[in-house]
Amino acid sequence: MFYKETGQFKSRYKDELAAFPLFEDKIGIGILCVLTFLVIPMFGLPGLNYEFAMGAIMIPCMIFIIMTLGLNILLGFAGQISLGTGAFSGVGAYAFYKFITIFPDINIIIALVLSGLVSAVVGVIFGLPSLKIKGFYLIVATLAAQFFLTWAFIRVAWLYNYNASGAIEGPNKEMFGIIMIGPQSAGMTRYYFVLVTLIVLTWLASNVIRGRIGRSWMMIRDMDIAAELIGIRPLVAKLSAFAFSSFYIGIAGALMVFFWLGAAEAESFDINHSFLYLFMVIIGGLGSITGSYMGAIFVWVVPVLIKEIGKSAFGFDAFVMENFSTILLGAMIIIILILEPHGLARLWQIAKQKLRLWPFPY
Amino acid sequence: MEILHMIFIAPFLDMVALPDLFFQGLWDGFVGGTLYALLALGFVLIFKASGVFNFSQPILMVLAALALVSFYEMGINPWISVALVLLLMYALAFGVERVILRNLVNQDGNILFMSTIGLTFVIIGAAQWIFGGVPRSMIHAELGFPVGSSEWPMFGGAVYFEHIDISAVVLASSLIAILAVFFSKTKIGRGLRAVADDHQAALSVGISLNQIWVIVWFVAGIVALVGGLFWGARSDVSFALQIIGLKALPVLIIGGFTSVPGAIIGGLIIGLGEKIFEIYWGPMMGGSVEGWFAYVIALVFLLFKPQGLFGEKIIERV
Repeated sequence: MFYKETGQFKSRYKDELAAFPLFEDKIGIGILCVLTFLVIPMFGLPGLNYEFAMGAIMIPCMIFIIMTLGLNILLGFAGQISLGTGAFSGVGAYAFYKFITIFPDINIIIALVLSGLVSAVVGVIFGLPSLKIKGFYLIVATLAAQFFLTWAFIRVAWLYNYNASGAIEGPNKEMFGIIMIGPQSAGMTRYYFVLVTLIVLTWLASNVIRGRIGRSWMMIRDMDIAAELIGIRPLVAKLSAFAFSSFYIGIAGALMVFFWLGAAEAESFDINHSFLYLFMVIIGGLGSITGSYMGAIFVWVVPVLIKEIGKSAFGFDAFVMENFSTILLGAMIIIILILEPHGLARLWQIAKQKLRLWPFPY
Repeated sequence: MEILHMIFIAPFLDMVALPDLFFQGLWDGFVGGTLYALLALGFVLIFKASGVFNFSQPILMVLAALALVSFYEMGINPWISVALVLLLMYALAFGVERVILRNLVNQDGNILFMSTIGLTFVIIGAAQWIFGGVPRSMIHAELGFPVGSSEWPMFGGAVYFEHIDISAVVLASSLIAILAVFFSKTKIGRGLRAVADDHQAALSVGISLNQIWVIVWFVAGIVALVGGLFWGARSDVSFALQIIGLKALPVLIIGGFTSVPGAIIGGLIIGLGEKIFEIYWGPMMGGSVEGWFAYVIALVFLLFKPQGLFGEKIIERV
């Protein structure tokens, strides 16, 4: 009744190609923008402490969405499985740290893009075996990246400027006269910066995926031999998927350390984080941008909320809740894989389909 | 020149200068290699039987070791604890077959693999909840395995053989031999190879897929128990063992995915290689190179010989 395409005529091809062809979708996106740009920064989330809502839910969620988008490009769209996401995000973070300490005057945006590019290069290098192999073999190749890079983050002292703690820390740094990162930066500025980055990257991803490169990834994923026969070059398609994905993951890693955590050591990029990002992609839905959003939010928010509720309402200690949410996460993966392999994104599609006919399904 | 000398000449001079240290390294690597081979065999068996790349094999090892220690700490006789752990592993195999595999029949390999990652997290959470996350020491002495070490004079120095390492090598290699015979000679083993070849054809000649799966997962549990026992004795029983267990993956790549002798040779290559590399080349790179050496070797294999040493020539390649 409220969500239908009836009566919405398109008179130009451009309208057909629009990302959100339906009027209702445009309203939805508009509401989402108002919420994230105005309402949430002003009032926080309902029922939660303002600082907690911004620092522990909103900012990390947006950063993880970027991370999930990156991994989804590789796994969901190009069909190449990776367990090195944590390490690639670390490459982005350490590169960003090196850029802002070597060139103190560099613009943050430029540093961010450059660190994404460094991460992309590393991603391509470790993606090279994907030209010969796939599936489980690739898991080991990306695990090599994971273990080698986290080792390098600890042992190569140049990466953290030989400081005694072995951690990378965000110095105070301003852009256009506003302190963006570092201990003195305001949570609000960091929130807006991450939000704008997320929107730009989402826009970029959705267009790349709808374009020539994105379609070549999907062809490779669906059937590589057929794709090669009709003129897709696997080398270009696969390596560009690795580069693109690592670019996103690198940017997300830099954002994670400097716009959220403030400081990080090699543990922030370990294999457990790679699993976490993989879970976000699986639960959200392979090969779906909406799914990346849902998966990242779900996997991050549900355990945080469970821990909070368990602590405040039932008085469970942190240890029990930690383990409970680990079990829940694992069980969710299995349930999702059995019941709905396309994840939350598919459920959302079904809901939209139902909504078109509601309340008169016949 | 300085650097080239450090990399290509100095380590070998060290090996010749102190042969006892070199042999000590070889022995340690050999023990590690045998245990890697055993774990890799756990992977190979499940992969051959069900096409599942079982990512939860390392955590099964942690679970078995933790459960063993915990049962003993509850005051149960150590051998009865072993029996209880075996029972637990059987129950787990049964549960995995019922809850996961049966529902995912005919799915893509990636999906099955990801479901075992989910299983890994369920086991991590449950094991930490029930048994606690504190590192503990293994009960090999209580189980009657010899402790202590004997010294063997050699080249003016001496090589130390930990007795538990000797029993590890003996037990692990006999288990490998038993498994190899079991899967090539017995009726169940033939059934298993049939399942590996073609699910439908196996079903049509009356082999029960479900039964086979329970059996292979149970065997993987036994492998996990033996692996956990000896890795736990070599270090502590903690969740860090999972990282050690994961090294069975590069072993598989080197040996070839579906080959039993490959798993053994690959295990020895990785075990010996990483020990020697750590001792002679590790210090100049900052140490702890054991964490990634195996993976980088596997990466090189993937680039130049993706089917591994003994793998089937036709791998799915692009």
